Amino acid sequence: MNKALTPRPQMPMGALPAPFHKRIAAENFQHSWMNWNGYASPGVLDTAEFEYFAIRNQATLFDISPMCKFRINGPDAEAVMNRMMTRDVRKQKPGRVSYVIWCDEDGNVVDDGTLFRRSDDEFLLFCQEPQLLWIKDIAWGFDVEVSEVTHDLAGFAFQGPTTAATLRDLKIKEIETMRPFDIRDIKIAGKKVMISRTGFTGDLGYELVMAPKDALAVWDAVYAAGQLRGVRIIGYEALEMARIEAGFLLPRVDFISSQTNLRVNRARNPYEIGLDWLVTFDKPHYNGKRVLQRLAGVAPKRKLFAIEISRDKAAHHALVYHRKTREVGFVTSALWSATTKRNIAYAWLEAPFGQEVKDDLWVEIYLQREIEWQRRMERVMIVERPFFVHPRRTVTPPLNF
Amino acid sequence: MKYDAIIVGAGHNGLTTAGFLARAGLKTLVIEKNDYVGGAAVSRELQPGWTYSNCSYVCSLLRPEIIRALDLPKYGLQVIPYESGATFDSKGNYFNYSSDHDALRRELIRNNPEDADGYERYARAVMRQCKFIKPLLMRTAPDPTSFNPRDISELLYIGKRFYDLGEREMAETVRFWTMSIAEFLDQYIKSDIVKAHIAGSGIIGTGLGPYSPGTAYVLLHHYMGEVDGSIGAWGFSRGGMGSITKAMALSFQDAGGEIRTGSGLDQFIVKNGCVVGVALENGDEFYADTVVSGMDVRRTFIEHTEEKELPGEFIKGVKRYRFRGSSGKLNIALDGMPTFTAAPKGAKFLKGDLHFLDDMAEIERAYDDWKEGRWSASPYVDFLIPTQIDPTMAPPGKHYATIFVQYAPYELADGEWDDANREAFAKTVIDKISRHSPDFADLIVHKEVRSPADIEREVGLTEGNIFQGELTFDQLLFNRPVPGYAQYRSPIKGLYMCGSSSHPGGGVMGAPGANAAREVLLDLGKKIDLGAAA
Repeated sequence: MNKALTPRPQMPMGALPAPFHKRIAAENFQHSWMNWNGYASPGVLDTAEFEYFAIRNQATLFDISPMCKFRINGPDAEAVMNRMMTRDVRKQKPGRVSYVIWCDEDGNVVDDGTLFRRSDDEFLLFCQEPQLLWIKDIAWGFDVEVSEVTHDLAGFAFQGPTTAATLRDLKIKEIETMRPFDIRDIKIAGKKVMISRTGFTGDLGYELVMAPKDALAVWDAVYAAGQLRGVRIIGYEALEMARIEAGFLLPRVDFISSQTNLRVNRARNPYEIGLDWLVTFDKPHYNGKRVLQRLAGVAPKRKLFAIEISRDKAAHHALVYHRKTREVGFVTSALWSATTKRNIAYAWLEAPFGQEVKDDLWVEIYLQREIEWQRRMERVMIVERPFFVHPRRTVTPPLNF
Repeated sequence: MKYDAIIVGAGHNGLTTAGFLARAGLKTLVIEKNDYVGGAAVSRELQPGWTYSNCSYVCSLLRPEIIRALDLPKYGLQVIPYESGATFDSKGNYFNYSSDHDALRRELIRNNPEDADGYERYARAVMRQCKFIKPLLMRTAPDPTSFNPRDISELLYIGKRFYDLGEREMAETVRFWTMSIAEFLDQYIKSDIVKAHIAGSGIIGTGLGPYSPGTAYVLLHHYMGEVDGSIGAWGFSRGGMGSITKAMALSFQDAGGEIRTGSGLDQFIVKNGCVVGVALENGDEFYADTVVSGMDVRRTFIEHTEEKELPGEFIKGVKRYRFRGSSGKLNIALDGMPTFTAAPKGAKFLKGDLHFLDDMAEIERAYDDWKEGRWSASPYVDFLIPTQIDPTMAPPGKHYATIFVQYAPYELADGEWDDANREAFAKTVIDKISRHSPDFADLIVHKEVRSPADIEREVGLTEGNIFQGELTFDQLLFNRPVPGYAQYRSPIKGLYMCGSSSHPGGGVMGAPGANAAREVLLDLGKKIDLGAAA
């Protein structure tokens, strides 16, 4: 029989188990899973609120393995990254992480992510959307190797006020000198771990990355050490609450990548998204630079704002009005913030609303109360991002709680 | 020195009033007899490494509107909910109250198959009462005898809400406000241990037993709080209850307010029927045309105001206003986590409120002891180990236990509240806990024992009553504290009340403080600024 003609397995459908699946499944009492980049990611394990409070009060574990991950290495790695990003990557020293965005030639945002500089000529880029081809296109002609390492690296976010104390209990002395956005190579349970003082919560926290074969050993060591520190595995719902408070934006929720939008007018530039602080012109050419230079200093046609809303009902999917009559925008993410006790949201507003015209803005909130719907108009106040950031996020050496 | 307003007492209500007045632009001074702020919402380190919530110990009632308007999270306030609790009986059984609906149903069925449905009916009845009363908390109670348009419109508001309930529900509401918690629960629940678990909320802090009329309302008073919209949920204030008043004090000072601790009030200075300032025990005098007392109504008007300045009817009303201290408190530093014989390993419910009770009769017997002037031989305890959730209050692996004890009389029939009796009282409580947790006593590193008399002396609450006066129907709404004076004003012009002796009463709620601020500002032609919370 011709060996080449034996049946080949069909690709599995749906969500696959991620590296920490066994541990998470054992605690996932709600059997709630979401599909994140083809992996089963927990939505909520028992109660989203309690998981959320663990982020703000204790220590939490969240599997970030499904993120898209890329390695860029070679003599021109810095040049390629600098050609791609709106920030000046030359200023990023080895052992440091930076939050980055990159744009297309029209100055519209392709994606955001975290860029880890591992050495002079090696970077790791973590982001939400597949970017292999995008990076390769930019790297064309450069002496650099670009590879996708999404499946070669496992990782989890370890976030919350008692995370440093837990790592101290594990005798990780490197954390004493780690400032926010620092990277160190450490060992936990004898396994190599890349640890960075980064996260998505606006609080003290770390991200740990390791080889998939070492994943469970590292997770188990941290989880065991965290027992006296109130450690808890969390799901996406809890993280999403912390994410909104911390002022982070989510692609596909708050803005859409200019590589995936179907309707041409949906792409957004950094000035509209409010990420102009990530744009610099004091560097060689990069994607979108010319357009961004033209846009700088011009009032954007529309803008994403952090808003606070009166009373306590979250304004999910609400429309924004001026003088309660003229529709001027809409809400993307909304939350009753349990820590700040504020009703917060992000909203896109057409110019000049939110920019010159800040008064007399309203959201229309629909509330369903035992079948019946109620409509409420609530006041909108334009505020600064983030809504919440705790001083303990940046204190070095980190505090015990 | 002259101020626009002086607040007497840096408890949570005094500081709430002060915060709103300072934010309205008044030059405001707070005076406090202790060297620290907080009143009954304090955190103190009496044993190095351990922080106690010395008096109040859990947080739920604090109005979210106040937290938001005074920006308390910015000043460090973090409220963390806890998830469950349990009552252990003497036969080795327990009832685990869980915030998870499915787990709770299964547990109710385990104790009595009918109770799962009965509990749903009970919960709905209480929720309906909560929905009815909640809007009244942050409003000034209308005076039913007044023809003032505001009183009439407020009465109409309440009247309409009441009428909208419909005939059956109106009857239920009146029954609920006047009946006993035991009879109320008998309508819905069969299992003794489940009833006993719930009934605690009906007697905490009150000189009534579970069969006494009016205790159903006391339960409601404990249920109408919320932690982030989850009505009835309770939480810890991170760092202890003192974090609440610390945040309030910082918020107040940031708004330009001034706090002077270390000397209590001697007398309100009154001239021609108007208050003009305060004289302190240390001889200092401060002047203001607006003075707000956070002290309870008896201390304010009997101890610190000259009787000749007050109408006789009012004095009579103040004197008959009932306090009746009925609770004690133990704060204990533990060398490790105690184990509980009946609890399975890793039981999550140990993180919540624990009780040790068989049935309603046991609580009633505990009440009988109190009536006789003894602390309960088998007391009701509300026992929590917050350090399982709050990492800030004890070293890792060590724990802090807060033990609220019901009942303890203000005056003992036999002897005084001296060290020997305090120790004997503590032993009664610890012995009871030890029957369920054999290693508990051995883990004790330090303990603070507080009788009602201690609470009165240290905190200033008359007779140690934690609510600044009983929460019975005769002392609620427009009757709190005295008919005709339920709107935070007193017979003396410029002298106001903002403590829990006024509507809507006790608990770390802040509502009396905010309501008083509104009335003060109204009289000054200003408006309270509740910001986006309004």
